[in-house]
Amino acid sequence: MTDFSDAFAAAIGLVLGLDTSLTEIVGLSLRVSLTAVAIAAFIGLPVGAAIALFRFPGRFFFVVATNALMGMPPVVVGLIVYLLLSRAGPFGVFGLLFTPTAMIVAQVLLVTPIIAALTRQVIEDLWIEYEEQMRSLGAGPGRAVPALLWDGRFTLITAILAGFGRASAEVGAVMIVGGNIDHVTRVMTTSIALEVSKGNLALALGLGMILLVLSASINAAAYLIQHNTKRWHA
Amino acid sequence: MTAPLDDTSILPLELTDVSFAAGGNRLIKDVTLRFEPGLKTVMIGPNGAGKSLFLRLCHGLLQPTQGSIRWQQETGADRHQAMVFQRPVMLRRSVAANIDYALKLRQISRRDRGDIIDRVLHQTGLRRLADQPARVLSIGEQQKLALARAWALEPQVLFLDEPTASLDPAAIHSVEEIIAAIHDAGTRIIMTTHDLGQARRIADEVLFINRGRILEAAPADRFFNAPENDLAQAFLRGELLW
Amino acid sequence: MKRVILMALMTTVIGLLPGPALAAEKFFTLVGTTSTDNSGLYEKILPLFTARTGIKVRVVSVGTGRAINIAKNGDADVLLVHHKTSEEKFVAEGYGLKRYDVMYNDFIIVGPENDPANILGLKSVVDGLAQIAATKSFFVSRGDDSGTHKKELSIWKMTGIDAAKASGTWYREAGAGMGATLNTASAMPAYTFSDRGTWLKFENRGGLRLMTESDPLLLNPYGVILINPKRHPHVKAKMGQAFIDWITSPEGQAAIKAYRINGRQAFFPNAKK
Repeated sequence: MTDFSDAFAAAIGLVLGLDTSLTEIVGLSLRVSLTAVAIAAFIGLPVGAAIALFRFPGRFFFVVATNALMGMPPVVVGLIVYLLLSRAGPFGVFGLLFTPTAMIVAQVLLVTPIIAALTRQVIEDLWIEYEEQMRSLGAGPGRAVPALLWDGRFTLITAILAGFGRASAEVGAVMIVGGNIDHVTRVMTTSIALEVSKGNLALALGLGMILLVLSASINAAAYLIQHNTKRWHA
Repeated sequence: MTAPLDDTSILPLELTDVSFAAGGNRLIKDVTLRFEPGLKTVMIGPNGAGKSLFLRLCHGLLQPTQGSIRWQQETGADRHQAMVFQRPVMLRRSVAANIDYALKLRQISRRDRGDIIDRVLHQTGLRRLADQPARVLSIGEQQKLALARAWALEPQVLFLDEPTASLDPAAIHSVEEIIAAIHDAGTRIIMTTHDLGQARRIADEVLFINRGRILEAAPADRFFNAPENDLAQAFLRGELLW
Repeated sequence: MKRVILMALMTTVIGLLPGPALAAEKFFTLVGTTSTDNSGLYEKILPLFTARTGIKVRVVSVGTGRAINIAKNGDADVLLVHHKTSEEKFVAEGYGLKRYDVMYNDFIIVGPENDPANILGLKSVVDGLAQIAATKSFFVSRGDDSGTHKKELSIWKMTGIDAAKASGTWYREAGAGMGATLNTASAMPAYTFSDRGTWLKFENRGGLRLMTESDPLLLNPYGVILINPKRHPHVKAKMGQAFIDWITSPEGQAAIKAYRINGRQAFFPNAKK
């Protein structure tokens, strides 16, 4: 049990000491994951809504694919992005491997299926309720998409948070495509993996606690916004 | 009023041998009817007779499996009709924004939208609720909002499917007043109800439907005083039909 | 309201996107082994190089197998690993320009305090492994195709025992880095084959202690190679070569020599002049 008290002390020490490398790591983690989630939402929300509302050949394939991709191991996504961005790969000329951009690309691939799949579910349910009214008003599925996304916003926030959870917690993908380079691509999860490999279990656990607190704060903020506005909009 | 005066009327609406089947069951059978402009038509009949289906076919939400439904003026017919459902579906936004959304779909300019919203909120007594979220309104208020939203579109024909089914008497009264006002402003009313009292109060013309078949179509006076069809007579006496 | 949120979202995305790396920053990428990184050597000596040349070094640490793979793909500029035959093959195949000796450290065998195979004090590492196999005592292998793993396998070969055949019984392949493997060994507890640097720096030893050292077979030489710019034209050959020149120079060699872990010298410079 001393590991836990040591970890707690390590976490407090890191936070109180305002360790500059810690703030750098936390800052990069947030920058990478929030950017990835924003891009993934930008793609996943409309794509999920489109799969929900339109009947097209291959739709079944899309539904199964997005659901299956939700469970894709981050390491595999990392490997794919690595092969794509490697100098020997098709996008090698951009020299993006081992940069934060590469990490964002990997996380976008991880998070988009989650947001798309959950959006599809939410919008499908909403469309059952709205379809006749919307069509009566002259809005077919295409024109209804923005209104449906807006009306589903409280549930969709949860979908986006699920995406953020996956992005901020994964280590496999960012480790491979970022390389865990100190001051360049080192984020919370890769630092934790590094400290574990050095045998600094207390420090690793301390970093884990900070990550947990960060993630909890973001979720709490989202919940409060959701709760307060939801009451207002029933 | 923004509706151009030279708009040609989409009425009359003509149904020829219309049938609708789902899952092998014929739910609407061989309906031939003509809706002329001007009147208030109320369709009555027992639950499950096909009233709602009938309205949805007329409104174009469903396609008949047989027969044809034709407006005299087919082009733009969609733009000149509206429907109010038994359970109003309100978007998660303010009362005014709900009307605004419907107007936006009809490509009405932003400046005109403001005036129209003001007017219909005033006419339906919802003005003080304009900025309230629509979903927190009572069911009665929501139904009034649904009427305001439909009215804002200045339809030539308004379909109403049991618009007062779950309302209290005061709300029923104001909804009926609004329907009358919409009619007075020049809109053809076609509605369903299972409330005979309401049918008496509103109808100029009555359609009696049972098991997907229109059994009697008559002016309201004649229908309520001397119905010809024996099932219609039984229905008016308050007997259960099945 | 919706527009405001959309705008906010867009601004966030644009603001968060990483800008182009500062043009002024001069850096190259070094791909090396986890064991070197975990030992803490880079943290100590790389700032000296940066101070002298203004060039920053971005270190990617993986197992030797993957390090060579990354280098072959041209995703790094300099390779610094410790498996001489692989390195020579790398150069012979034209992926690298020239292999330079840099330094060496040594491997050790660590194991549980109660020493079930009774190897403590044995001079010969071959005898030690043979006894571990004979007593079927737990042994954790890196199992990750790293330089350390390859070295361990080469010594098993000398014992004439096919340890891989026992994989899953007393012989366990962790498929992990040195630190993770030491964590596993400490938890089981089991014997394992480690580089000295990682061991000295390792804090989660539990009941593990040093068992076998100083057999000449256990020497672990490191080589440094510039990736061939003819094969990968984007390679930062000038900066990479500057680093190689520095680390094999008296100054670089002295820095390696001066590095101490818990008061002990961890790496022994051996660049040829």
